[in-house]
Amino acid sequence: MLEIRNVTKVFNPGTVNEKVALNDFSLTLEDGDFVTVIGGNGAGKSTMMNAIAGVWLVDEGQIIIDGEDVTKLPEHKRAKYLGRVFQDPMTGTAATMNIEENLALAKRRGARRTLKSGITKKEREEYRELLKILDLGLEERMTSKVGLLSGGQRQALTLLMATLQKPKILLLDEHTAALDPKTAAKVLDTTELIVNREKLTTMMITHNMKDAIAHGNRLIMLMDGRIILDIKGEEKKQLTVEQLLHKFEEVSGEEFTSDKAILG
Amino acid sequence: MDILTLFNALPGAVAQGLIWGIAAIGIYITFRILDIADLTVDGSLCTGGAVCIMMMQAGNNVYVSLLVAIIAGMITGLATGVFHTFMGIPAILAGILTQLGLYSVNLKIMGKSNQAINVGKYDLLVSLRYIKDVAFYKNTIFVVCIVLIIIIAILYWFFGTELGSALRATGCNGNMSRAQGINTNSSKVLGLMISNGLVALSGALLSQYQGFADINMGRGAIVIGLAAVIIGEAIFGKVFRNFGLKLLGVAFGSILYYLVLQTVIWMGIDTDLLKLLSALVVAIFLAIPYWKGRYFTKSNVKKGGN
Repeated sequence: MLEIRNVTKVFNPGTVNEKVALNDFSLTLEDGDFVTVIGGNGAGKSTMMNAIAGVWLVDEGQIIIDGEDVTKLPEHKRAKYLGRVFQDPMTGTAATMNIEENLALAKRRGARRTLKSGITKKEREEYRELLKILDLGLEERMTSKVGLLSGGQRQALTLLMATLQKPKILLLDEHTAALDPKTAAKVLDTTELIVNREKLTTMMITHNMKDAIAHGNRLIMLMDGRIILDIKGEEKKQLTVEQLLHKFEEVSGEEFTSDKAILG
Repeated sequence: MDILTLFNALPGAVAQGLIWGIAAIGIYITFRILDIADLTVDGSLCTGGAVCIMMMQAGNNVYVSLLVAIIAGMITGLATGVFHTFMGIPAILAGILTQLGLYSVNLKIMGKSNQAINVGKYDLLVSLRYIKDVAFYKNTIFVVCIVLIIIIAILYWFFGTELGSALRATGCNGNMSRAQGINTNSSKVLGLMISNGLVALSGALLSQYQGFADINMGRGAIVIGLAAVIIGEAIFGKVFRNFGLKLLGVAFGSILYYLVLQTVIWMGIDTDLLKLLSALVVAIFLAIPYWKGRYFTKSNVKKGGN
């Protein structure tokens, strides 16, 4: 489904701030995989996602989605393959537009935008039903501006928007990090629900090791722009936080120090 | 200071305000919807006037002339759009570059810095002379009102379409728009074209109204347009929630601006100071939302842990 082949990305090359964010990075995802991604700050997690999404072009290597080489495609053209939810709840939605207009924009992801009506009556009914799944009462507020919603509501809505057109890959970039624990748990439940129902190939970055272990069928850990741990199958199912920490120390030769990552 | 002189001048002020209202709606599209301060308008207003006058002098029908003026205006918007998106120049600078270039272009269109058109010889749509003592359907105020209603109706429809929604999303959140597959660059170019097309139409009508096109007619157009947008929002913002009504509010703002201007002139102010006054008024109105946010809001932050 997704193949990242030997991708390298260097920021600020030739300056004192030079940073090799992705270093000969390779990763292959099978259809239906749900991969959780962990790693310290600056490990390259978000850079990897931005490389897939095409926020900028990579320096070297290839990115292939469902058999098509998208390495040179601009961000808006790759959008038809990808559903994205961002860390900042403000990023995923248009605040000055209302809920149904946001959904209608997402519904047309990958399609040519024409002079046809921006939202039809039939769509409204469809959105009302879909919003009920979120269980946030948003189906009664479809003409409210998204700017009025809370962070959790906006993330849940973004999640729905990302999956309204079934994406080849769902990219979740720490989408619960900015939420309080209770809301974060709820958004994660919704994520699990939608991913399972639509059988989506998913990549989820998280700072929380417990979440990384509890969700998905595969776990990768990044450091210095490379994958240093890749745990899947039975091993992933049996995994505990202690084992993960131990493994990390083994491969990296240093102690895992981020309390936030351990305690979440 | 004879109050009658003022009353006599008011219909003219309303007519001018209405014509500028079209430009103000164009400026609203870039400034409020696309979130770009587009300085192209200072040049494209004159382009519209110049093209319209020259077309009519060459014997073309007034409607054809207006249409060509609109197209010319859209091309100026396209130029700014290409500077901004394809060439990566910041939007403000892109507008200034186009505006500067247009000074030469406008001179070349007109052949000299001023071209007159005689209302007696040509069949004009609007004119200073069509304010009083004419049949109502020929009255400039009536004609421009109809033009405005048609423009607002078209824009209301357009911004409800898929393409129009994409344009609104682009102005609101570029990241989200690209993630939803919207080409934000083409959205911006399209918005700039529509905006400058309207500004050029306004310039074309204005040059007919005053009977000439002048190389300096667009100077400060962005400020007048912004003044109209801000006055419209300040006075009608609370009542006019619907998009069509918001555009109407901008047109009303433009009329108010010209009514106030006329009154100030009547009061005997040195007219050399008018542009300074306009600039200061707009600066203060632009500052008000900032000041409100900074000094007058109660903090929303909860105190203490919770």
